[in-house]
Amino acid sequence: MSADAVVVGAGLAGLTAGVRLAEAGLRTTLVGKGPGAMHLAPATIDVLGYAPDLVERPAAALPSFVAERPDHPYARLSADTVAASAEWLSAHMPPLAYVGTLEENYLLPTAVGVPKPSAFVPEAMAAGDLRSGSRFAFAGLRALKDFYPALLADNLSQAKLPTGVTVDARAVHLSDPGTEADVSPLGYARMFEDREFRSVVAAELLPRLEPGESVGFPSVLGLHEHRTTWLDLQDRLGRPVFEVPTLPPSVAGIRLFHALRDAFLAAGGRLLIGSTAAGAETKDGVVTHVVIQTAAARPTPIEARWFVLATGGFAEGAIFLDSYGEVHESVFGLAVSGVPAAGEPRFVPRYFDDQPMGRAGIAVDERLRPLDADGNVAFRNLFTAGAALGGAEPWRELSGNGLALASGFAVASAIVEWAS
Amino acid sequence: MDTMEWVRGSLDHCVKCTICETFCPVSNVTPLFPGPKYVGPQLERFRTDDGSPDASLDYCSGCGICTTVCPQGVKIAEINSQARAKMKAQRGIPLRDRIIARPSAMGKVGTPLAPIANFFLKNHAFRWLVERTLRVHRKAPMPLFAGRTFQSWARRHPPLTPATKAIVYFHGCSANHFEPRVAQMAVAVLEHNGYRVIVPRQDCCGLPLQSNGLFDDARRYVRKLARNLEPYARRGYDIVATSTSCGLMLKREAREILELEDDEDLRTVSAHMFDICEFLLSLHERGALRTDFRPLDMRVPYHAPCQQQGHGIGKPALELFGLIPGLEVVDSDVACCGVAGTYGLKTEKYDIAMEVGAPLFRQVTAVATEVAACDSETCRWQITRATGIPSVHPVELLYRAYGLS
Ligand SMILES: Cc1cc2nc3c(=O)[nH]c(=O)nc-3n(C[C@H](O)[C@H](O)[C@H](O)COP(=O)(O)OP(=O)(O)OC[C@H]3O[C@@H](n4cnc5c(N)ncnc54)[C@H](O)[C@@H]3O)c2cc1C
Ligand code: SF4
Ligand code: SF4
Repeated sequence: MSADAVVVGAGLAGLTAGVRLAEAGLRTTLVGKGPGAMHLAPATIDVLGYAPDLVERPAAALPSFVAERPDHPYARLSADTVAASAEWLSAHMPPLAYVGTLEENYLLPTAVGVPKPSAFVPEAMAAGDLRSGSRFAFAGLRALKDFYPALLADNLSQAKLPTGVTVDARAVHLSDPGTEADVSPLGYARMFEDREFRSVVAAELLPRLEPGESVGFPSVLGLHEHRTTWLDLQDRLGRPVFEVPTLPPSVAGIRLFHALRDAFLAAGGRLLIGSTAAGAETKDGVVTHVVIQTAAARPTPIEARWFVLATGGFAEGAIFLDSYGEVHESVFGLAVSGVPAAGEPRFVPRYFDDQPMGRAGIAVDERLRPLDADGNVAFRNLFTAGAALGGAEPWRELSGNGLALASGFAVASAIVEWAS
Repeated sequence: MDTMEWVRGSLDHCVKCTICETFCPVSNVTPLFPGPKYVGPQLERFRTDDGSPDASLDYCSGCGICTTVCPQGVKIAEINSQARAKMKAQRGIPLRDRIIARPSAMGKVGTPLAPIANFFLKNHAFRWLVERTLRVHRKAPMPLFAGRTFQSWARRHPPLTPATKAIVYFHGCSANHFEPRVAQMAVAVLEHNGYRVIVPRQDCCGLPLQSNGLFDDARRYVRKLARNLEPYARRGYDIVATSTSCGLMLKREAREILELEDDEDLRTVSAHMFDICEFLLSLHERGALRTDFRPLDMRVPYHAPCQQQGHGIGKPALELFGLIPGLEVVDSDVACCGVAGTYGLKTEKYDIAMEVGAPLFRQVTAVATEVAACDSETCRWQITRATGIPSVHPVELLYRAYGLS
């Protein structure tokens, strides 16, 4: 097989790069073992939420954040790039409008009622903004496991908001949809696409709402017809309606995945889902092929001029720790930076604590090209984006999607510029 | 590590991300099937030699979509297939499954009797009787016998001369007995591109036996087939298949599901197997595909079947269609037509299969001006049965556009 550009990874970083490359007219092949974290994570674009204190204004916080962390990927991505990438996403997917700016973070409730800072959020989540305080009713769907509006409301009512305001939140449980089995978020998303179902929900809910209350639903308001579903429900209830991210699977994330995948295909991209990039061929400091494993018992090399590594982090197997305690990058055999020295602790007991291994990843130059162990560009035509980048701690900083989007956007810019 | 350990052992890689659950076409339409994560890596831990704690496994259609999308490499569909075979061995395999799993045997009986056999297959009363006795749904798509096999045509077909290149064609049972036209068109398209087409003796690949849990028989068939094809592969010939599911069987499924990873013949064959569209596109990328296509003025919905997606090669048919002037192709974003080989024929699964395919049928009906295109035979029959719109293999569009008809 051959292409102009090959992207490895079908997460937010890889798909963003893929869409932009394909739309720039490059013959682009995207290889992914499967979809990435988008199916699991809320679709919010969190640029910077904690540094380590709560960040209210990401644009203002970024300069000192990167000054203190010269190895952080944001040190290679200007604030303009971050903002441009979010603007691109929003303008690009009309049915999936995003709102927000880099100037300030929203504070949206999580499924367990923690206020979470996000810079760019799906339009249908925005009315959950807690910053100015308000009155909220959270609707509970009985067959949806893992979503407990009473817990959500209780925690939220006790939350300390930076603005000093308090939130008045309560739960309203809707009756059973009549199915015996649990219903997944996706199952509910399909049910909500049905007008009849929405009218039953609205009829049950309306008399139980109090004046001035906005209504939060788990993020299941439609999959393919999300916007009409959400707007219709808002109409029926006569008040702001918003979605709260659920535990996996994330319907909001799946919508984002669909939108990006469809844009990629519409631009003529070639998508190979279910194939694994198992290695590469290189020559004189240049990658010539990525070798993928398809169903046949033969390696399939894909020849291209540019390559993007967007394979995620440890969770996706992009980077792995072997039984000798060594850390490897799985496709190009790149050097992994930020690995604690032999004998130093690699992990600490509490998951969300500062994990010494947490910043391990690929170190890059200004154009996001991987560096070798000596700090030189490893391959001139290989770029890296997303969670594979070293130096960040996305889950502590709340920067995962912001980094994935901005870096995917930036590597595409670098390649398109080179190509022209 | 033997394959069983490797397929089953992959369940330890499951991180419970639920990605497979969001894609499973069956669990998305019926509560009878709790989904791949649950039935695959989760329940497998509880299965012992004494049996499976849960029979919902039987509702897995084996479409393989879960394995295709699992980012952790869990062999979910393969785990399910192996567990289903064990469960059926313990609980007994219905006569129906033993019959529909043998298309080549059916073909041998039906071909000489084609007019009579077809009369019965088209007869409502007969289909009703079959439903009552065998539990094959009376409305399920059933192919008709062509009356003359592709093999017999191929034996009389003069080889292309002069030819500098040769290729081996694996036609599968369905093209042999039911759709020899598809195979003849494949030969014509390959010959048009300068290939002498070798059609070795071949029988069933064992896939329907495998899907119905008859593993020993499936192994016998696939090993024999591999033995017949291996000498060509060893000499460097590529092998193309028009049946995308049988091609996948030879590429990977037999090695994994039937634990034949050590079968050298199969490995050699797998290394040389190509889906026909994959092969033609690779020719095009090397500048070796003839592009003297005439315009085809029609709008065609294209469905890449689940088993085609299992190849991990993208959708080469779409790119080939892009070479044909005038042809407008609308790619269906539906992953499965529901039938999944023989699943949708079974009375207790027919409704599920139709519901799985419903969004596809709507797209096909909305888009098609003349025909729909799809790589897999059982899926074509399902689409046609459900929509009334004739469905063709992608090579048929190439054949027409080359003006070979
Ligand atoms: C449950 C969960 C909740 C999260 N919540 C938040 C949040 O609230 N806010 C936030 O900002 N971030 C959050 N994140 C993090 C954020 O989602 C990720 O940091 C970001 O999406 C990473 O994107 P990516 O494209 O770099 O990688 P991924 O999305 O991980 O994609 C990696 C891709 O590479 C593929 N791949 C890997 N290896 C290979 C190979 N060898 N061959 C082929 N393909 C390969 C994978 O299959 C996958 O398609 C969350 C993550 C998870 C899992
Ligand atoms: S997609 Fe794979 S890892 Fe995720 S739940 Fe399914 S089997 Fe487990
Ligand atoms: S093989 Fe198909 S039907 Fe069976 S669990 Fe996987 S996706 Fe579902």
